[in-house]
Amino acid sequence: MPTETTTAAQTGTAEALRKIRDRFPTLSFREFRGDTTLTVPADQLTAVMRYAKEACGFDMLLCVSAVDHLPESPRFEVHYTITQAETGAILLVRCVAENDSDPVVPSMTGLWRSANWLEREQYDLMGIRFEGHPDLRRIMMWEEYPYHPLRKDFPVAGVSLESENGVFTEKAPTDGAPFTTTPSGRTAAEREPRSRG
Amino acid sequence: MATQDQQLIENNYMCDPDADGGFVYTTLEAAINWMHKYSLWPMPMGTSCCAIEYMAASCSRYDISRFGSEVNRYAPRQADFMFICGTITYKMAGLVRRIWDQMPEPKWCIACGACACSGGMFRSYSVLQGVDKIVPVDVYVSGCPPRPEALLQGLITLQDKIMATDHPLKDFFRTHDFRKAQRGDTIPAGVFDD
Repeated sequence: MPTETTTAAQTGTAEALRKIRDRFPTLSFREFRGDTTLTVPADQLTAVMRYAKEACGFDMLLCVSAVDHLPESPRFEVHYTITQAETGAILLVRCVAENDSDPVVPSMTGLWRSANWLEREQYDLMGIRFEGHPDLRRIMMWEEYPYHPLRKDFPVAGVSLESENGVFTEKAPTDGAPFTTTPSGRTAAEREPRSRG
Repeated sequence: MATQDQQLIENNYMCDPDADGGFVYTTLEAAINWMHKYSLWPMPMGTSCCAIEYMAASCSRYDISRFGSEVNRYAPRQADFMFICGTITYKMAGLVRRIWDQMPEPKWCIACGACACSGGMFRSYSVLQGVDKIVPVDVYVSGCPPRPEALLQGLITLQDKIMATDHPLKDFFRTHDFRKAQRGDTIPAGVFDD
C-alpha cells in the first residue's frame, strides 16, 4: 500500500529491523498491521535485546507482558515492547519459555532499569521466573500468597485461604459467571453483561 | 403544647432555654451524643475514586464542615469514625483492620460506595467483598462513586444514629430521684402550662 509520507517511526523500525536481520539471520519476524514481532529463543534473548538497545537505538522498555496458552505446550511466553524514544518506533519481542512447570526467561534489568518492576509483576501474577533479576519478589499480592492468579488454571473468583498472620481471601460470589455481552442486542438488557449460562 | 414539651424531654432533646432563668437542662446521654454528633473527626481511608468524591465533599463547594466533620485525622488515635472510600483489596484489608483497632472508642464506620459496601464490580480473587467482613459498618452509602451529597447524607445518617445511642448512664439517670421528680408532680407550676 503506497503511503504519501513515511513517518520517523516507520523509518526507524525499518532500519532497525534490517540491522537485526543482518546480525541475527535465524530469528523469525512477523508483521501485522505495521507492528513487527520478533520471536527470540530464550538463550539468545539477552544478546538480541542488547543489540537492539545499543546498536539500533531502542532505548526504552515500555511493557513486559506474559501469555498463558494453557492446553498447549510450551505454555508460557513473555512479550517485551521496546521503543525508540526519539522516533517512536516500536518493536515487539516475543520469548517462549520452554519449561512449563518452571518457566524461566532471562531478565532485562541489566539493559533497562524499568524492567525491574515490570518483571516482578509478571513473576507475581504469572509465575514466570526472570533469571538474573536483582529483586524478584511479589509486587502486587503479598509475599506469602501461594498462587499466581493470572494463570489460566486459577479460578477468576479466587480461592479461600487463611494464613497465620490473619490475612485471608475468599471466593468472590460470582453468581452465574462468566458474564457475557451481546453487542448487537436490541435492548440495553441484552447488550449489557449478564449471566447467560 | 404541654405534651409536646414533655415529649421533648422524654426524647432527651435539649429543653427550653428560657425556663429556669436561662439554664439548659437535659439528660447526660443527650448532651454527650449531641457533642459526638457535631464533632465527628473522620479517618479518611481513601483508596480509590470514592476518595475523590470525599475530597469534593470536604472542600468549599459541598463543605462537610457544616456538619462538624472537616477535621481529617490521619492519625487513627485522634479519629472518631472511619470513612472507607474505595476498593479494599485483601492485601489492604489487614491494614484497614489494624488502623480500625488503633482508633479509640467510641468509633463508627461509614462504607462509601459499591466497593467498600460489597466489593462492587470487582468480583475477583484480590478484592475484599465488603468491608463489613473486617470492621463493623454503621452506614452504607451506595453509588459508584457516590456524589458528595450522598456522602453528606451518609454523615447525617450517622449523626442520627449517634443521637439514638443509649449512654451507659441512661438507666442510672432514668431511675434516679431527680429524674423521678422531673417526671412527677413536683415540676414547678407554669413550666409546661400553656
